[in-house]
Amino acid sequence: MATGYAPSSMYRSREGMGIWEHKGKVAAVGVGHSPTERRWDERPETSVGAWSIMALRNAIADAGVEPDHIDGIVIVPETTTGAFWPDDKPLPQDVINAFVQTDDPLDGVAKLSVEWLLKNMPELTNINYSVYAPVCMSNALNVAAQAVGDGLAHTVLVLKAWHNLEGRYYQGGQNAQDAIGGTSAIRSLWGAPACYGTALQFAEYCRKYGKDHDMMTPFIINSRRNGLMFPEGYWAQHRPEELTPEDYQLARWIAKPANLFDNDIPIMCAASYLFTTAERAKDMKQKPVYVLNHVDSDAVPRGLTPTLDEVEAECALTGRKIYEGAGITAADLSFENMYDGFTQFHQFHLEGLGYRGIGFGDALDFYQTDISIEGPNPVSPSGGNIGSGRSRFWMHTDSIQQLQGRAGGRQITGVNAEIGVSGGPMPLGGNYTVWSATPD
Amino acid sequence: MKQGVIPDELTAPFWSAANESKLVIQNCSRCDRLQHPPAQDCGQCKSGENLEWKEMNGTGHIYNYGVVHDCPIRLLQDDQPFNVAVIMLDDDPGIQMYSHLPGTPVDDVPVGAAVEVVFEKSANGQKIPEWKVVN
Repeated sequence: MATGYAPSSMYRSREGMGIWEHKGKVAAVGVGHSPTERRWDERPETSVGAWSIMALRNAIADAGVEPDHIDGIVIVPETTTGAFWPDDKPLPQDVINAFVQTDDPLDGVAKLSVEWLLKNMPELTNINYSVYAPVCMSNALNVAAQAVGDGLAHTVLVLKAWHNLEGRYYQGGQNAQDAIGGTSAIRSLWGAPACYGTALQFAEYCRKYGKDHDMMTPFIINSRRNGLMFPEGYWAQHRPEELTPEDYQLARWIAKPANLFDNDIPIMCAASYLFTTAERAKDMKQKPVYVLNHVDSDAVPRGLTPTLDEVEAECALTGRKIYEGAGITAADLSFENMYDGFTQFHQFHLEGLGYRGIGFGDALDFYQTDISIEGPNPVSPSGGNIGSGRSRFWMHTDSIQQLQGRAGGRQITGVNAEIGVSGGPMPLGGNYTVWSATPD
Repeated sequence: MKQGVIPDELTAPFWSAANESKLVIQNCSRCDRLQHPPAQDCGQCKSGENLEWKEMNGTGHIYNYGVVHDCPIRLLQDDQPFNVAVIMLDDDPGIQMYSHLPGTPVDDVPVGAAVEVVFEKSANGQKIPEWKVVN
């Protein structure tokens, strides 16, 4: 079975498409996670392949379905956090030998294919639909929802996994070389780290609206607090440390005005969800969480980096598409779990949504109010990447668990969990899912 | 010191012009639209048939900036912290270029100020467009 990337026709990218034709007819039921680790220790049992299998099996068990009932799988084949297997490093033969291997020796080590997973999960005997989604779980969820809605498969596993190798983030490869290719050079010669573009947008935002970096403090503290109540997350598992305002405000700069805590921490981890039809979901072990809509942002900036005007226009468009396809308004959102990995664009997502009535330039003031899970305006109850490490999937797990009433210590209490939205990553170029406790 | 540049087929005209202290930007003659970074096709009409290189007048304004304290590029790490500004070209403000703003103190960047292009040598001698504040 050859697996290719999802066609563009599966994404809802345009405004004016109306209510999603499968609104409330697709549901997420099972959730499965691997453990987390800062970096791979190069043992077979902690490889990205092994943890992917673990996450998939956990999702299957959580949903309470038999593996042979599953007929579809959607995965993200890219697993890097920015670390790539060095060309001059010997292949990890003991890891390769521990699994049934494909033709690519780095499959299951520094990338992932459907072929590798199916070779190593013989219990998945009835997969007849498989497709790749690029980059993020957010994208894969859109594809899985559409696939189930379109009847391409009725019970689908969705997977995203991350590997993180030894060495500092993005410091190897061409960044360590004396000379680089001309196309890369046009963007990268000036040495801007990954958070730079977002830091620029934030700098312009602060100038335009009269805000400052310290106003981010309540959001950062709230995110870490929520993350420490996420038992699947990195900080809860390995470094259960609350953050103080001083921790944040005095942290070293990475690309001013973005500091250390405005960046997420790259980690090893994997997560999987089980999607199925609303009809089949009724008989599964967990309460169904219905998909009301999914949305794609495919905007491309004109220049090297998006301007604030471009960001605000795209976030507003994304908000309108989210509501249009779900047939809801901002007032219907119980909570939001938009992406935060860099912290400094979360406010763009909030403002684009008009969450709790805020507009552009309002979010940092909103952060000074009660944004906790106990209050009426919960912001990022998952804690996001800032609260649990770079996965870009905590917000989806949390949204599902909130609506199932099993978010544990993170369960929002100031408002009933009825409808939520999650997605990302970037304001230009992201994918979003609207979740609901009921199908309509 | 910036990394050296190994021009490739797509970007060779840009780098060759820089070695002659000229700034050229890719242009679609059909759309009359500049684009940077260069690409195989026009971002608007999606055709590569009408792409050409157009010389710019070499002036612009500082749109925005950040200060890099933790740079992933080995050759630049001794220079930290340093400014990385975004320049918008006067020929078309939709065209952006990065700059270290040589001569401008770190984190003392006059956003909105006029700049002009200069060319500095990288690690392998390839000239790179840079930008200086016009006094």
